[in-house]
Amino acid sequence: MTRVHDMGGRFGDGPVNPEPEDAPVFAEDWHARALAVTLAAGFLGQWNLDISRHARERLSPKDYMRFSYYEKWLAGLTDLLVERGVLSLDDLRGAGEDSPHPLADRKLKAEAVSGALAKGGPADRPSNIAARFAVGQMVVTSRPTSNRLVEGGHTRLPIYAAGAKGRILRLHGAHVLPDSNAHDLGEAPEPIYAVAFPASELWASPEHPDDEVVMDLWQSYLEPA
Amino acid sequence: MPHDDHDHPHALLPPEPALRVKALETILTRKGLIDPAALDEIIDTYQNRIGPQNGARVVAKAWSDPEFRAALLEDATPVVAGLGYYGRQGEHIVVVENTPAQHNMVVCTLCSCYPWPLLGIPPGWYKSDAYRARAVREPRKVLAEFGVTLAEGTSVRVWDSTAEIRYLILPMRPEGTEGLTEDELAALVTRDSMIGTGLPKVPA
Repeated sequence: MTRVHDMGGRFGDGPVNPEPEDAPVFAEDWHARALAVTLAAGFLGQWNLDISRHARERLSPKDYMRFSYYEKWLAGLTDLLVERGVLSLDDLRGAGEDSPHPLADRKLKAEAVSGALAKGGPADRPSNIAARFAVGQMVVTSRPTSNRLVEGGHTRLPIYAAGAKGRILRLHGAHVLPDSNAHDLGEAPEPIYAVAFPASELWASPEHPDDEVVMDLWQSYLEPA
Repeated sequence: MPHDDHDHPHALLPPEPALRVKALETILTRKGLIDPAALDEIIDTYQNRIGPQNGARVVAKAWSDPEFRAALLEDATPVVAGLGYYGRQGEHIVVVENTPAQHNMVVCTLCSCYPWPLLGIPPGWYKSDAYRARAVREPRKVLAEFGVTLAEGTSVRVWDSTAEIRYLILPMRPEGTEGLTEDELAALVTRDSMIGTGLPKVPA
């Protein structure tokens, strides 16, 4: 089953309130700081992107809903720092030691920032799993949506698309499988596709018969329709 | 393994978020794990150097140069990298074009995936529950909240960024822009027009 972050299609959230295009990139100084601490801590190399996404997703629903966006980042980061053994609970209580940390030599230095951000972290990998579907082919997604390797684990098939029929729009190559990579089970790359779903396949009252939603879905989320 | 224990380390930090981030930064700095100057550098990058002006340049070039446009729609990643736009959260770029028959818009229902090297850090509304929840189910109502009404006969395709592919919308070139330079065209390209929740400006 799902987690609280998987909110596509949900009712009750009210209007979107677009801020002006020239609004500050960071509404508060601490937002900028939260983003920067999170990125810098990531360069210590103790987790990957999928692990950090999952850390936010598994905040309790109560915390997830009451936290603002960057508060979720901070909570996910703090939990990861402890789980991965970088910090202790005493460190968080302000009762830890200030002696140099074994990971200190991995610290992201100011002069390395632009290179590190520019390098990125591509998700495409060589894979020996052959592409099973061709462009134009009809497929159906797994139902229920669930990580099949770890109960309650990270997955990227939204619940609103569970068991939906769609059409392969394009093949993106093979990418790291988040369901595996988020749980230290290896990258397990496999083919990934853009799949187009008619709105009528997803919603009881679609706005328009010709509208579609496209999702990028890994091959193991799909079966031939 | 998903660690659903309810002993939340984050609850040990001060509840007020500005103090919480300060506390974490202090702890990590004292242990030699982060460099405050590196944080300043990261913030400066996304506040001042990387933003929607990058994507606008790509769009303006695509409007001006048919070969560039064709290459961009075929395989955008190397094409935008050729302009210097590559990096974190922009390793795999796909550009999709709006046409009279089809309007495209982008969302990430599961988190906040967004093409950073082309558009910078996503605006607050893009990360809001309301946008994440509603863009896939009622895109036309959401567009109306941005002041966008589509022509009759235009279908909507919403791209839910569920993987590491990042989408940029190539909006339709506004009428009356013949003869404008790339720089003049780029000034018409709004951030929201590249997310698909807005349209480019029309020349005055």
